[in-house]
Amino acid sequence: MSTVKATRPLGPPSRLHRRIKPVKIASFTALLLTTFLMLLPLFFMVSTSLKSKREMLRFPPTFLPESWAWSNYTDIFDTLQFGTLYKNSLIIAGFSVFGTLLSSALVAYGFARYRGRGNSFWFILLLSTMMLPYPAIMIPQFVLFSQMQWIDTFLPLIVPAFFGSAYNIFLLRQFFSTLPEELFDAGRIDGCGELRMWRTIALPLSAPALATVAIFAFIYSWNDLLTPVLYLSSSDKFTLPVGMASLTSSRFRIPPWHLLMVASVLAMVPIVTLFAIAQKQFVEGIVLTGIK
Amino acid sequence: MSVIKSESRRQTFYMYLFISPWLIGFLIFALYPILSSLYYSFTDYDIIHPPKFIGLANYTEMFHNELFWRSVKVTLRYTFISVPVQLLLGLGFALLLHQTIPWRGFFRTAMYFPSMVSGVAMSLLWYWIFNPQIGLFNYMLSWFGIHGPAWLMNPDTALYALIIMSLWTAGSGMILFLAGLQGVPASLIEAANLDGAGRFRIFLNITLPMISPVLLFQLIMGLIDSFQVFTQAFVMTQGGPNYSTWFYVYNLYTSAFKEYRAGYSSALAWVLLIVVMLFTAVIMRLSRRYVHYEGGNRR
Repeated sequence: MSTVKATRPLGPPSRLHRRIKPVKIASFTALLLTTFLMLLPLFFMVSTSLKSKREMLRFPPTFLPESWAWSNYTDIFDTLQFGTLYKNSLIIAGFSVFGTLLSSALVAYGFARYRGRGNSFWFILLLSTMMLPYPAIMIPQFVLFSQMQWIDTFLPLIVPAFFGSAYNIFLLRQFFSTLPEELFDAGRIDGCGELRMWRTIALPLSAPALATVAIFAFIYSWNDLLTPVLYLSSSDKFTLPVGMASLTSSRFRIPPWHLLMVASVLAMVPIVTLFAIAQKQFVEGIVLTGIK
Repeated sequence: MSVIKSESRRQTFYMYLFISPWLIGFLIFALYPILSSLYYSFTDYDIIHPPKFIGLANYTEMFHNELFWRSVKVTLRYTFISVPVQLLLGLGFALLLHQTIPWRGFFRTAMYFPSMVSGVAMSLLWYWIFNPQIGLFNYMLSWFGIHGPAWLMNPDTALYALIIMSLWTAGSGMILFLAGLQGVPASLIEAANLDGAGRFRIFLNITLPMISPVLLFQLIMGLIDSFQVFTQAFVMTQGGPNYSTWFYVYNLYTSAFKEYRAGYSSALAWVLLIVVMLFTAVIMRLSRRYVHYEGGNRR
């Protein structure tokens, strides 16, 4: 037994060790190249956002602005009621994240902790709604919300979030299932109610998973175009994507690329900030919940 | 006996209590809309006046409608190119970044970064990149002596421009693949290594089967997303030029909210629903033999 172990380092592993180097160099080069290509559009997004109106039309495009037009970033607030768009999007996304977290965490807990009758039936039904294309249900939803006089309000964009979203429920259920039963037994012995166990035991232990869900919900709401296009009609209620989409419309003979890029950069800011804050938890959350 | 019974009753009670938000939401925001959409699809309906029953007329019209077939062709062509390539790229990036390599954290973030750009912002950015006069894309092609086409203004290239753009977000798939790769037991790979298996064999016989559930999940979600492309068509091309980017959901949206033909549009919606279900069912069926789940082949 011990002789086998002793010979190992001289055998295959050393052969492997020699072979690894060229592979690593090739991988590194490939990564460097693709990363360059991936980041180039982003670089130009930022760089163009800081160019003057004249410079943005120059060909070939300049890599860095010749004179940095920082005023673009204030101009956009004056010309395109950008502040209103931003505020609207933040309000809608904020409520959506709150609603999704609250409802999805409740529902996921119900699926994970209670082996009630019909558990797997409803869970499979839940999973199958992930395959339900939104366009397939949008017309009756539109009719429903217009009968409720919710057109041109934020309600159609917020209220559905409070009824849970399948993907996030699935993620959280996978996570809740991994929490040890003993914790809840201990809680029960201490006379903890079911809702309190959810709040004081399950939720605090699930920070990474909840952060992941919060990010998903925020990105989804922040980026959504179709729903706000359907429901919002007055321009002071538009969300950021709707307002930005209208920027390409025919009222400009030449699209104001520099301002479009300012809008794009500013639209990215909350997502990047959120990702930067929660990155560790986000990646951990995906790994822990394991999309399997 | 009665203790067991009351315990199971208690479990059932709390389960339904906790899942009730979703149950109610399912009834109001999924089941009811699906069923009324089915009903609308047999009617002439403009959303304002009450629907008028017309039998299968919407469906027969659809199959004779040129724009319907155009939208099917556009959507399928986009899907069958962009989804597999995105999956391969995502997997490739993940494999490269699963090794210990310098700057790994930087590379991972950089690859994922484009996925953080919203659909509209991305569409605006690439609208500029594909601009034939001042855009970045043709400028870069000119380094290699290639005179690029007028991408989005040319019916032959507009769809391919959108496919190229879609590859930019392959990093979001990479994150999921990376998570999957972390679940592959190192002991299995070491054992195969000792048996003299090469990198490629290890990938084919161990890594790929172990991450096949992630692959399957992404394939299905990728297909469903791709069948629903809307933003790009709405922001960048309005379905043009000459209907070359007339995506299925853009067609559906136009029928319902521009032409006020919600009945016809509901028929389109139901065809989409059936196609998505069929695709999913076929893939699940075919994959049963190839997808490996820890602890047996369940779910």
